[in-house]
Amino acid sequence: MVTGRSRPAYAADALGIGVATGVYGISFGVLAVGAGLSAVQACAMSLLIFTGGSQFAAVSVLGAGGSAATAAVNALLLGVRNSAYGLSLASLLGGSVGRRAVAAQLIIDESTAMARGQEDPHEARGAFWLTGISVFVCWNLGTLAGAVAGDGLGDPARLGLDAMFPAAFLALLAPQLRQRGAPAAALAGALIAVVLVPLTPAGVPVIAASLGVLAAVRVREARR
Amino acid sequence: MSWAALLGLAAGSYALKAVGPLLLGDREPSPPLARLLALLAVPLLAALVVVQTLADGERLVLDARVPALIVAALCVWRRAPFLITVLAAAATAAGLRALAG
Repeated sequence: MVTGRSRPAYAADALGIGVATGVYGISFGVLAVGAGLSAVQACAMSLLIFTGGSQFAAVSVLGAGGSAATAAVNALLLGVRNSAYGLSLASLLGGSVGRRAVAAQLIIDESTAMARGQEDPHEARGAFWLTGISVFVCWNLGTLAGAVAGDGLGDPARLGLDAMFPAAFLALLAPQLRQRGAPAAALAGALIAVVLVPLTPAGVPVIAASLGVLAAVRVREARR
Repeated sequence: MSWAALLGLAAGSYALKAVGPLLLGDREPSPPLARLLALLAVPLLAALVVVQTLADGERLVLDARVPALIVAALCVWRRAPFLITVLAAAATAAGLRALAG
């Protein structure tokens, strides 16, 4: 990845995304311990599950007194999008089985979006790995810090940590809107999700929004 | 959460991620499927933006996250770095909540 040549254009963004993720890794650690998990369990979740949306979903269910089974179903529903990401990245993430097995764990919103944001396949692969590793390290360090600090940090909402999520997803979405049909897909996905929020359990609106991709297909056919 | 449940959840999460890289391998999906899959993240990310901005559990609410998202959108439009964008959003929400007391 890192050769003698000048640093690739995506390097600063990849590291910036890692640092930002580390900050909300802290809030995950705080929330997980607050929901009754031990600090070791909070860290194990970040190491082994490593997909923020699923982890926050699981912890929010547990914190509200839900069962472990409900928490797990909610988390897995949110994790389905990683399958779509993995399928779309499969041809990019070649190499030995071991290498692909490691790459699989790094498949998350951020690494996928960064890979998709590059036009050159070589740069896309580099952006995936650098973003994935950067986020993995920072997310786990953040979780550890948050879990150890416990609730000493105070209310995440007071610090505006919750507002970091939509901002982060918007920043990840913007470069992808250049793809043909992408604006229609984004609009359809957003509409589907917002309509379903009051009607379905948490996690379902985002899954259902994947159908928004059909709007892009329709745009293509109409232009033929 | 028991350790068994946690490890089961971890195994399930990993299986979801590994379907593409481990089962599909180096084979290319057909071009129309590849285009569709490449676009899949777009509606999901757009949904995450609106859900994380407007949802409070299963309710839709307008709170400090909305002006925070507008500030973030301005940052993205001005091509600000990622970290500046998310910090500006957090500062906006935190500032407005402090003012609202």
